[in-house]
Amino acid sequence: MSATDYPLAERRRQEFIAGAKATVPLIVGAIPFGILFGTLAEPSGLSALGALAMSLIVFAGASQFIALGLLSAGAALPVIIATTLVVNLRHMLYAANLVPKIRHLPQRWRIPMAFGLTDETFAAVSNRYLQQEETRELHWFYLGSFLAMYSNWVFCTALGVGLGKVFPDMTRWGLDFAMSVTFIGMVVPYLRNSPMWAAVIVSGAMAIATAGMPHKLGLMVAAICGIAAGLSLHLLKQQRADQDRTATEPMTERETDR
Amino acid sequence: MNEAALIFGMFLATFSVRYLLFAVAGRVHFPPWLNTALGFVPPVVLTAIVLPAVLMPKGELWLSPTNPWLLAALVAALVALVRRDLLTTILVGMAAFMLLRFGMGL
Repeated sequence: MSATDYPLAERRRQEFIAGAKATVPLIVGAIPFGILFGTLAEPSGLSALGALAMSLIVFAGASQFIALGLLSAGAALPVIIATTLVVNLRHMLYAANLVPKIRHLPQRWRIPMAFGLTDETFAAVSNRYLQQEETRELHWFYLGSFLAMYSNWVFCTALGVGLGKVFPDMTRWGLDFAMSVTFIGMVVPYLRNSPMWAAVIVSGAMAIATAGMPHKLGLMVAAICGIAAGLSLHLLKQQRADQDRTATEPMTERETDR
Repeated sequence: MNEAALIFGMFLATFSVRYLLFAVAGRVHFPPWLNTALGFVPPVVLTAIVLPAVLMPKGELWLSPTNPWLLAALVAALVALVRRDLLTTILVGMAAFMLLRFGMGL
């Protein structure tokens, strides 16, 4: 089966649907989270309209929660915006990861793709990009994932705003745990080799150690330490493999001489 | 608090971070070691988000068999290892958490 078996429009439609489908499990995890955001908004001092506008325009789950926390703590506007910037720095790592795959696309594609770059869509798309070599039409897959995630996020925010009025104590139901289980389910498939294990263990330990840092800065420190650990082990293994190869090479040369 | 200013400011802070590298993507090429390093990004970032959430759900380290966040996270990790299916992991993990938290009152 090759790309030429289908007309281009049909192939794009299929990629779009595949993207939306691949994101369904992640959406299930995001539903309680979106509802919780909607419920928490008004008690934190953000109007119903403000909550909806934030989900529509900002579209960044973790930052939106932190903004609510800061709002209710009475933080000033520049503090909230600066914190948002720091919390979102991880998206720059995601963007860097995707750069080789979006290089061929025009800016009119890159802008909506950047807007839709969330933890979930990044996970779905990078999974897909690992699976196949041909990636020229995968922006349609990305678009399908992004729009599925986006419409769900906005819908759940609205639902949460409404439910929060009916059940004021919903904020204590533990809905935030949905994000943790979703992320656990996303991490486990990566754990296939020792550099990856080392990266994840170091990152997790550092995240605990730096949890006291302000504005979630510990997240970046932990991520960078984890990446450094994984990369070091990867390079070490590669070096050892190269040495083994050079050690066996004279033998194979002698064999071919015979 | 001016909500329009808040939302616009947060939009700029979010979008600029996401778009910066996409905008210049045609002009930047990464060396191979950097590409390898970036391959570690997804699991590393997600772990750094999850671990404090389940080990320090109330702000302090809570390493105990009565911590429902930790227990349910272990259940979810086990399901993920055995089944490798995201939806099952999420549903079983959430069910375990709800059971521990509200069924057993942990």
